Amino acid sequence: MAKANEIKYLTAIKTEKPKKKFCRFKKYGIKYIDYKDVEFLKKFLNEQGKMLPRRISGNSLKYQRKVSEAIKKARQMALLPYVTDLLK
Amino acid sequence: MPLEELLTGWQMGVLNFWFIVYENMIKKTTFAPHIFFKPKFRVMNNYELMVIFTPVLSDEEFKAAQKKYTDLVTGAGGEIVYSNPWGLKSLAYPVQKKTTGIYWVVEFIAPSTFNETLKIQLLRDEQVLRHMVTKLDKYAVGYNARKRSGVSYKNEKAEAE
Repeated sequence: MAKANEIKYLTAIKTEKPKKKFCRFKKYGIKYIDYKDVEFLKKFLNEQGKMLPRRISGNSLKYQRKVSEAIKKARQMALLPYVTDLLK
Repeated sequence: MPLEELLTGWQMGVLNFWFIVYENMIKKTTFAPHIFFKPKFRVMNNYELMVIFTPVLSDEEFKAAQKKYTDLVTGAGGEIVYSNPWGLKSLAYPVQKKTTGIYWVVEFIAPSTFNETLKIQLLRDEQVLRHMVTKLDKYAVGYNARKRSGVSYKNEKAEAE
């Protein structure tokens, strides 16, 4: 039987924890998301102009909903495209 | 100071409710919903209107169109807070086969019943490609006031970082 200190792993064990994502609206106290501020909204879009999921952007549900409303308003007013390539 | 200025929207709603209840009691009428839901005081709200005009408008026509809608707001007992003509801007996608449009953003205070009349006017207008009215909450009003005074959203965020 192998002793505990003799056990060898094929791959290195992950020691450092991945950085925890945070909701930027909660952290910086942003209460209102402006649909006219296109450059800011582009942070939550991918290259095709689709919205990033919460899993990636790290937003809380409350603010993700507000972001999505702002983006949809901007799309209606032709400030942001519905579909595109190479948005950034 | 009139009562309407002292109270906020929901307080006025509660007041309306009791006002009409008492009115019905005095009249000794039976409960009638159409009387019940008729507001006594006007509820004023903050709104923001964004309009895209056709790019073919000249400066004078653009100003005349702006004046038409600001007059409509003031005529209905409303008040213009801030008017911001963005001017010619390219659209993210073609609207009515046009790739550019003249943007106009205006913030105003108006009674809640006013929006229907405004909507009819905007839809009838052939110079208007698109329009949108947004109701502003207290945070939005604060944000717009701060943005107007020069402190931008991004600066504030940079300070926080």
